[in-house]
Amino acid sequence: MLLKKPLRLSRPWLLVLKTLVHLYLLGYLALTFYQAVTDQLGADPVQGLLNFTGIGTVNLLFATLTISPMARWLPCGDLMRFRRMVGLYAFAYAACHFSTYLVFELQLNFALLSSEIAKRPYILVGFSALMLLLALSITSFMAIRRKMGKRWQQLHNMVYLCLFLALLHYSWSLKTVWGDPLIYWAATLLVLYTRRQKLKNWWLSKRRKPAPVAKRAS
Amino acid sequence: QPLVFTKSAKYQTSETQTPYDKVTTYNNFYEFGTDKSDPAENAQGFKTDPWTLTIDGMVENPLTLDHGALTKRFALEERIYRMRCVEAWSMVIPWIGFELGTLIKAAKPLSSAKYVAFTTLYDPAQMPGQKSRFVGGGINYPYVEGLRLDEAMHPLTLLSVGLYGKTLPPQNGAPIRLVVPWKYGFKGIKSIVRVTLTDQQPGSTWNILAPDEYGFYANVNPHVDHPRWSQKTERRITTGGLFSTKVIPTEMFNGYQEVAPLYQGMDLKRFF
Repeated sequence: MLLKKPLRLSRPWLLVLKTLVHLYLLGYLALTFYQAVTDQLGADPVQGLLNFTGIGTVNLLFATLTISPMARWLPCGDLMRFRRMVGLYAFAYAACHFSTYLVFELQLNFALLSSEIAKRPYILVGFSALMLLLALSITSFMAIRRKMGKRWQQLHNMVYLCLFLALLHYSWSLKTVWGDPLIYWAATLLVLYTRRQKLKNWWLSKRRKPAPVAKRAS
Repeated sequence: QPLVFTKSAKYQTSETQTPYDKVTTYNNFYEFGTDKSDPAENAQGFKTDPWTLTIDGMVENPLTLDHGALTKRFALEERIYRMRCVEAWSMVIPWIGFELGTLIKAAKPLSSAKYVAFTTLYDPAQMPGQKSRFVGGGINYPYVEGLRLDEAMHPLTLLSVGLYGKTLPPQNGAPIRLVVPWKYGFKGIKSIVRVTLTDQQPGSTWNILAPDEYGFYANVNPHVDHPRWSQKTERRITTGGLFSTKVIPTEMFNGYQEVAPLYQGMDLKRFF
């Protein structure tokens, strides 16, 4: 543990910090869109925007997954109040990524969109990650969370699958394997390492379950 | 440096040219990093003088050109070509150079020669991508490319030493590079040190790395998709931001129909 005493964030502090996070994430997105529109985002603004929103989504997914180990490590339980917000921004960036692809790369050609999703595995993988993130975002409201009970946690564990699919999509979109995504894959292992106890429990609970009764072969 | 050249009327264009700063900041040159902006940042100290370009193999008269000869031995002309990248974007670039055929003729090819193999400089001290797998995308260097001899002798095939009236910036393949306008951009091997005539089909870097994605011929062909994306259209990089994005249909042989006879009778879906 880093601090001797757990750090508590008062209401005004929470408000200030949340506002700063909003300003940073929205501002960065708006600035990048502005640069793309005014041709200041490299030679190919469409590619520039796709890269920015795509990598932004992956970074935000990582941020979401780092919040709970951070909250325990500091310790500062109030950090957990930021998790939903950062997760929703991951979805927002992913939605911008997809919209950029649809509007500027495919020129709103919906027939092409469906055939690309069907034909290109890496597009399908990215699209699946987006749909999962959408499901997690919709169910992130407190009222729905309460209604879902235990199943909520089960569903929201899918965020790991999301990260995996997003990274697969990222690696697959490049022409060679050796590149930036490798750093992200390494970071994923690190994030999973912070969850080792949880993973272990999950693994043991699976093994303890009685094996399904198989039909005896005759 | 400014170059002395003529403008041939045949290769002018009414198409909007890609501005100089875009041509020179958006490059695939993995020897200097895999990001498109990396070469412009990492190649600035690249030494191109002295330089030796060797033409050898199945020739009667092997040649070596030094740095000065690259721009002075053959008359230079400006040609404005479309450049279609395999990644489905394209540019319009005023190259300056001479026909590869002129050089090959000067070396007097033997009648047994069937192919031309090209090699990029191998110098890990100057090219960070050759030193580190992470920087260079895990490609086996040096970068190699190849053409059939008749493709190499085609009047469209250019050895370029400059663009926009000046010598090539390092990120664009200084001091000399290949430009084959009817093929995908990766065929345009950069910073060439060796041209070898041979009777065997030579290796080509991307084809070796991923043979199902990049063929030896690599002719621009809207009917043969890259396994991961469509090649039917391309994004033309000119000026203007996001809302003036130009997506245009890709043409067979990048619109250079005069090369079609080279491939008569060939199944271009198989020999892609």
